Amino acid sequence: MININILKPNRDNFKVYLYIGALLIFLSIFDVFLRSFFNLNFASFLPDFVNFLLPLLLGLAGLQMIRLEYSGVKTVDIINKSVNNNIFNAGLTLLIIFITLLALPPSLNWMIFDANISGDSKEACSSIEGACWTYIKIWFRRFMYGMYPNEFHWRINLAFIILISFAFVGFFAKGKYKNYLTFYYAIAYPIIAFLIIYFLISGGSFGLEWVETNAWGGLSLTFIVSFFGLIFCFPLGMILALGRRSELPVIRYISIGYIEFWRGVPLITVLFMSSVMFPMFLPADAFVDKLVRVIVAIILFEAAYVAEVIRGGLQALPRGQYDAAKSLGMGYWKMQIFVILPQALKLVIPGIANTFLALVKDTPLIFVVGLSEVVGMLQMAKTNPKWLGYAMEGYIFASILFWVICYAMSRYSQHLELKYKTDR
Amino acid sequence: MTTIIQMKDVNKWFGDFQVLKDINLEVGEKQKIVVCGPSGSGKSTLIRCINRLEEHQKGQIIVDGNELSEKTKDIEKIRAEVGMVFQQFNLFPHLSILDNCTLAPIWVKKTPKKKAEELAMKQLEQVQIADQAAKFPGQLSGGQQQRAALARALCMEPKIMLFDEPTSALDPEMIKEVLDAMVNLAKAGMTMIVVTHEMGFAKEVADEVVFMDEGMIVERAKTKDFFANPKNERTKLFLSQIL
Repeated sequence: MININILKPNRDNFKVYLYIGALLIFLSIFDVFLRSFFNLNFASFLPDFVNFLLPLLLGLAGLQMIRLEYSGVKTVDIINKSVNNNIFNAGLTLLIIFITLLALPPSLNWMIFDANISGDSKEACSSIEGACWTYIKIWFRRFMYGMYPNEFHWRINLAFIILISFAFVGFFAKGKYKNYLTFYYAIAYPIIAFLIIYFLISGGSFGLEWVETNAWGGLSLTFIVSFFGLIFCFPLGMILALGRRSELPVIRYISIGYIEFWRGVPLITVLFMSSVMFPMFLPADAFVDKLVRVIVAIILFEAAYVAEVIRGGLQALPRGQYDAAKSLGMGYWKMQIFVILPQALKLVIPGIANTFLALVKDTPLIFVVGLSEVVGMLQMAKTNPKWLGYAMEGYIFASILFWVICYAMSRYSQHLELKYKTDR
Repeated sequence: MTTIIQMKDVNKWFGDFQVLKDINLEVGEKQKIVVCGPSGSGKSTLIRCINRLEEHQKGQIIVDGNELSEKTKDIEKIRAEVGMVFQQFNLFPHLSILDNCTLAPIWVKKTPKKKAEELAMKQLEQVQIADQAAKFPGQLSGGQQQRAALARALCMEPKIMLFDEPTSALDPEMIKEVLDAMVNLAKAGMTMIVVTHEMGFAKEVADEVVFMDEGMIVERAKTKDFFANPKNERTKLFLSQIL
């Protein structure tokens, strides 16, 4: 005899509970699906209130019926454990599924089905309801290269190709050349990068026309600012972190003062000062390029954050590591370079990645000094009288760009964590 | 017998607390000395003063002819001659066992890499973990780690070895393998100062035993005399508790 009590599923008849429960859950989700995608409502004969809540009630009843500890069916156990362990979580699970289903059709319509990308002027977008990707297409070069003259865009492309290929040198180094890699990446590569950017993008020699930094912009500027920001704020932060833990009071207090000062001021004021106030202190004939000033300001600012992250790692190391290094006759620098820093830096990879991501996402702030990287160009395009009303597309485009960059960095940091994991 | 370590009226304070009180200790070359005493009696601090991991505030410590003080230049050079094994092993977890052993010889003593590796393998062979050379410390048992730490210290070819409770953090079944390695080292003629509670080891190896309590050396005697007829009341009490 089969004894079905909806509120108390039991193991003996679990198959029955499972089939009925699955059917109820399916009905509930199917109902929302039909309402959302086809505007159909198969329970419209019910009173409005019941009709509205029907999917939720069906779903809850279904989930209730399959909620049993150790049902023996693996999938059901996973569902029960992770999303269906009590009625509240079951409700949340259903709501999330419903909201996703309800939000999907309108956003898909806007982004894809009603959108236009094939046009080559604003008129192509005038009659459509969806997104106007044509706008992104037409402005694409501006978003990538800023106001850099169109005929010289190959110079930026070439510069980045060279930079990236130089970055991969490490993969091909073999044997004794491997010992020089740290030197290469820490010292040689930044110099090479600077020279390439200076001669190729900035120009002014070798028959290349000079393009002033005011014209630089778009995503390429984002990359340039982030790149120099990252590679220089790291060593500076490392030195500050060591300085803050130094036994020499002068060095310690200078480091503390530096860190606390830069952490205390907002980046936007730092950028503003670097661009407006700083030149006032220079002699009249001295000139430092605005972009260089901005990058230096970002480096000095972010180094303070990096320093504190690294200090966290230094403090996490047991004193025994210092004792062991000292007892083997290592001096301060040998101990730091071979024993302490490798371990501390490994510990703080997540924190460093965090700071670096923040740095990349802070680059749009350079608009306060009149430099327009990709978000800055977006603002410019958005307020262009001919192209009013497409801010949404622009911001979605920028979000995707930044997300891809940051996600790649995040994955890379996870890869590094695994690579240097030696405790198991 | 030539004196290699000489401590004269050494005093040390941690804040207001005096850890070492008028310590006088002489250790001759190739002598093996076991330091014992209740916890908190200053034994570890005493031997950490010998390679200046701790600084003494009063008195004189002379190691192999060099006096240790703030003025000592090249403290690293003296430390390179004094090996140390710690209670918590303190291997470098980011380096393989072999790299742990070759790091200091290569960068401190400027030994060529190949020679350093040969020496390291020889030392690892001595403590019977040559087959673990490529592994990382985290993959080894406590006893193996401590033997690796011993090999690492020996790779610097020190004149003196200090042991700071080398077996206290080990499971009982691993203590023996570490003690065996230490006995072998003692037989090879190393100057050793060992802080330990392993009285069996003391009886087997030590020339002299030093008993410390409350920062003072209470008793120092030849091993046989120390165990057969301790003179001081505190020593008797301690021995009755530990044996």
